[in-house]
Amino acid sequence: MGTLGRARLAAAAGQARTLGMDGERRASQALSSGLPEGGAGGESPGDGGPVPGSSGSSALLQAEVLDLDEDEDDLEVFSKDASLMDMNSFSPMMPTSPLSMINQVKFEDEPDLKDLFITVDEPESHVTTVETFITYRIITKTSRGEFDSSEFEVRRRYQDFLWLKGKLEDAHPTLIIPPLPEKFIVKGMVERFNDDFIETRRKALQKFLNRIADHPTLTFNEDFKVFLTAQTWELSSHKKQGPGLLSRMGQTVRAVAWSMRGVKSRPEEFMEMNNFIEMFSQKINLIDKISQRIYKEEREYFDEMKEYGPVHILWSATEEDLVDTLKSVASCVDKCCKATEKRMSGLSEALLPVVHEYVLYSEILMGVMKRRDQIQAELDSKVEALTSKKADTDLLTEEIGKLEDKVECANNALKADWERWKQNMQNDIKSAFTDMAEENIHYYEQCLATWESFLTSQTDLPLEEASEDKP
Amino acid sequence: MEQAPPDPERRLQPAPLEPLGHPDAGLEAVVGEEVEGARDEGSGDGTMTENNFWLKKIEISVSEAEKRTGRNAMNMQETYTAYLIETRSVEHIDGQSVLTDSLWRRYSEFELLRNYLLVYYPHVVVPPLPEKRAEFVWHKLSADNMDPDFVERRRIGLENFLLRVASHPILCRDKIFYLFLTQEGNWKETVNETGFQLKADSRLKALNATFRVKNPDKRFTELKHYSDELQSVISHLLRVRARVADRLYGVYKVHGNYGRVFSEWSAIEKEMGDGLQSAGHHMDVYASSIDDILEDEEHYADQLKEYLFYAEALRAVCRKHELMQYDLEMAAQDLASKKQQCEELATGTVRTFSLKGMTTKLFGQETPEQREARIKVLEEQINEGEQQLKSKNLEGREFVKNAWADIERFKEQKNRDLKEALISYAVMQISMCKKGIQVWTNAKECFSKM
Repeated sequence: MGTLGRARLAAAAGQARTLGMDGERRASQALSSGLPEGGAGGESPGDGGPVPGSSGSSALLQAEVLDLDEDEDDLEVFSKDASLMDMNSFSPMMPTSPLSMINQVKFEDEPDLKDLFITVDEPESHVTTVETFITYRIITKTSRGEFDSSEFEVRRRYQDFLWLKGKLEDAHPTLIIPPLPEKFIVKGMVERFNDDFIETRRKALQKFLNRIADHPTLTFNEDFKVFLTAQTWELSSHKKQGPGLLSRMGQTVRAVAWSMRGVKSRPEEFMEMNNFIEMFSQKINLIDKISQRIYKEEREYFDEMKEYGPVHILWSATEEDLVDTLKSVASCVDKCCKATEKRMSGLSEALLPVVHEYVLYSEILMGVMKRRDQIQAELDSKVEALTSKKADTDLLTEEIGKLEDKVECANNALKADWERWKQNMQNDIKSAFTDMAEENIHYYEQCLATWESFLTSQTDLPLEEASEDKP
Repeated sequence: MEQAPPDPERRLQPAPLEPLGHPDAGLEAVVGEEVEGARDEGSGDGTMTENNFWLKKIEISVSEAEKRTGRNAMNMQETYTAYLIETRSVEHIDGQSVLTDSLWRRYSEFELLRNYLLVYYPHVVVPPLPEKRAEFVWHKLSADNMDPDFVERRRIGLENFLLRVASHPILCRDKIFYLFLTQEGNWKETVNETGFQLKADSRLKALNATFRVKNPDKRFTELKHYSDELQSVISHLLRVRARVADRLYGVYKVHGNYGRVFSEWSAIEKEMGDGLQSAGHHMDVYASSIDDILEDEEHYADQLKEYLFYAEALRAVCRKHELMQYDLEMAAQDLASKKQQCEELATGTVRTFSLKGMTTKLFGQETPEQREARIKVLEEQINEGEQQLKSKNLEGREFVKNAWADIERFKEQKNRDLKEALISYAVMQISMCKKGIQVWTNAKECFSKM
């Protein structure tokens, strides 16, 4: 991944992150002084050179950020020298153009540049006096400098994943955070800890972590690093830090109040985005239902087919002249039966999880839209206050200035991530359906071969016999 | 048959219970020239080689079915389906066929014909009719007798029945069968006039014989056992097949939903749009392809069903044998007892109980004249009995010989037909797989272009 490309996105994310916290005022100062000509949401071309003015103002920001952040780990990140900082910093100076995002995507496609590998496995049941829960083993392998080691092994439970997701959402309200598998599956579930459920969840959790690792911004998130590397007790103490429950609640209340307002003044491009999201959500849900139904029908077909072959064997017991033919038919039917089983498992591995993940994504997207709208609403309400009350004009103007920046950053972050998400979605959907088609082709090819060989065996033999019988 | 008036036109009608060793060269010629191509599901090219009614090859087809309304025996209005039977004679020279007869018959008339054949040819495995009501249906097929698909399949089944009869070396020569194909009006009366219903063995009699017969030919016992198993296994197979067909239908049809959703989705997608749209089209093609596939399979099921019903025909022959054998055993038993009685009377020893003997003891000896008279009567009866036993024995052996000949013929036909049916099933599967490969290859291409 290009260092600068990464930096730009990091910057965008960084803006959202730092501004989301209490130190809005101070960070915004750095922003307003350091913004390049093109503007934060501008279309500066994806050039190779660093953006002017970044180094200077980032030093300033560095100080700000140091003050803001309480976490030790973050300090480490920001104390690195400039060259490395480009990779890791959350410099808000970098513009985030869609074009640079495309470069991002290209780099992600090259696996040899990936430097963080995560696997989730070994689910284990833990029983305490209070509860029973499952932990998963998480192995991280990395070549990144900021990690103390090149390999980590930790155990995490679902709650921990939820915590991580919450932290990421807080830090990046308008980035598209990957979905977690559901807490419970409503229908068809007898027991929370049934094997299939655990396996499906394990795979989804692995996907979740890898998606974060592949995300140009989220991959450098500090909580993410802690999640991957800290021992259980370390994680517990880390979790206790951060904004308290009350401040969170306060945010939520404000959020609800503003979410309605935001919708009215939504810019055109976001209206389009919203329409797409609504439509997409509808369609992907339908596709999910259809795919699940296909699986069900294939399963039922398989169950009936299992009986079909044996009936022919039964018949062969009474027909002495047709024994071979009937037994051959039975064996063909059984082979086709196995091929069906394989097709089913292919469907459940390749298609269903992907479609389901995007069902969850569609909900996430709606959430992201809401949060963007909220941020916008905050601004709008202040603007309204300014025009109507004319009280504390200076203060309001200052606040509005900050909010305008906040909105701009949020919008840019979303736009960039949106493009990236869309690209991924297209690839994933394309891939999943292509795999499904491939499974079906393979299934039919297998069955074809089976029946064709039966046919040749049946139609050749009589000729042989006939020639033998003739004197 | 003893009561049937001699009918010159029916000279070739083999009488039931009469030995078939007719000194008739023509019959042998027919039997020798076994017909080929008796079964053809398409246009129904069954040919009959020479017999005494037709000197040329003929083709029989049940070409149409028509809904009709009429009044039944109780003068109530009813709806039924009539079938058009066309008979063509084929000129040897140029292969052209000329329509010689064409008439309409309904299912009940076919049933009448078959029942008649069953009575007059008990040693023949009489071909079965297609089912009266649709059975082994899977959800899509209607169980309604008026449903066009059912009527169509029945039409084919009836044609098949006629072809089987026409290609049977014995049955093809029957006059009533000939009239069935040629005489529209009055045919029913003609059949009934034969009085065949009266000649039919009562079910009760047959059941009784089955239980009580002591020495039936072992081959028939085995055959009965075989036919029970055949019936059971084919029923089972047809049931499973119907369920499999139902499930397969479900799998295909659900894919059709993809078509609709993809098409709607493509409206909002700029890059993926085209790929989605065309992939959706292929999903529709896939979903609709199942209809033809399952229709073909239904014909396969019909082929199996025919042999399911043939099992009953086999059992009918076995029953006749048991009846005859039982009859024979009873006659022999009766003769033996009469002989014994006679002997006792002649020698004066009473070994067996008789009412006469009892009353004689109680009320006094009978006179020598009375005794003589009785012996005379018994001797006459014994004579008659011996004659009857002799002819029954002969009949029985003839029956067994002829029945077994037809059973051998049937066995070969069955092996050929079933093997052919299984092969045709494989062909159907192959065709289905090829279609599947094509559709999914097309779909895959569309997906990869998205």
